[in-house]
Amino acid sequence: MDSEKFCRLLRDNGFDFFCGVPCSVLGRIIEHLSCNKDFQYVPATREDEALGIAVGAYMGGKKPVVLMQNSGLGNSIDALTSLVLLYRFPILLIISWRGYREKDFPEHSLMGKYMRDFLKTMKIPAIVLSKNGLPKQIADAERMMKELEAPVALVLRKGIVE
Amino acid sequence: MRRREAIEAVTGCFKEGYIIACNGFISRELFGMKDRPQNFYVLGSMGLPPAIALGVALARPDQRIIVITGDGNQLMSLGTLATIGKTSPKNFIEVVLDNECYETTGGQETSSSSIKLHELARSSGFRHSEYVASLDRLVMVLSKSLHAEGPIFIHTKIDKEKTSPPRAQVDPCKIKNRFMKALTGS
Repeated sequence: MDSEKFCRLLRDNGFDFFCGVPCSVLGRIIEHLSCNKDFQYVPATREDEALGIAVGAYMGGKKPVVLMQNSGLGNSIDALTSLVLLYRFPILLIISWRGYREKDFPEHSLMGKYMRDFLKTMKIPAIVLSKNGLPKQIADAERMMKELEAPVALVLRKGIVE
Repeated sequence: MRRREAIEAVTGCFKEGYIIACNGFISRELFGMKDRPQNFYVLGSMGLPPAIALGVALARPDQRIIVITGDGNQLMSLGTLATIGKTSPKNFIEVVLDNECYETTGGQETSSSSIKLHELARSSGFRHSEYVASLDRLVMVLSKSLHAEGPIFIHTKIDKEKTSPPRAQVDPCKIKNRFMKALTGS
């Protein structure tokens, strides 16, 4: 799916505030969010900062999405446990899966292997996005967030959204 | 200047304002002085209070959002100053109460004595940034910031103290829900 259509899907599901730190896998999506006036995208300096901004935006009535590389999940553990999960903020996380099947640079290999375990330990539902399932997967994530009053992660591998 | 006096100056000037208070003694002191739904106590997540306040400020440009944080807290997330400068919300006010130590954990020294935080904020793009040396001046600058365009950064030194205010006794979800209800009515 192209990034424009993907962003439109997010908007159709009510998401109206975007914040994050880039990854090459997310590059086209962030480019579209930043350049298009229909979207509000805030570039953060760190992934935990992005979560803080998203929490604030949520309290102000927005429905936020945080985009990050899975390396940034490491930077985010305290923000997730002591803020997002503790206060129950339903925020959509879009996390790129670097190190998927170890076909990536060495710095991504361990987080690529452990990412889903970290999410599972924190009881954050993770949906691995697939080319043909995107509309349903995004709608499912939105419904789960509302029901659980908690964050849900969409995991994005290279080549799914271009 | 005592921590309590500095916080009283903020709450006195922004009676109706929405306040994000950082973890540790600043949240505890604010809670002990006057708990109200418009206070959002950040119980953990050290370093994130300015980011949270930025998110609220961007989502609600019609409301003035104030964040009170400490020197250790601010030093943990200097990058957020750049994000605030870049997004430049007019309704954003940050007050840093600097006692040059991590007082909540026993008074260990921070590095704030060797950095001019207000200059850093100014070069990050804050519209107004000032170091204030007295309580009178703090009250005056806060009163002016009621109507001035932000982002505004106010840095002041406070005393190291031996007293430990009690913890905020409010459930985290309740802190969130009542803050949102006050802010958005839902």
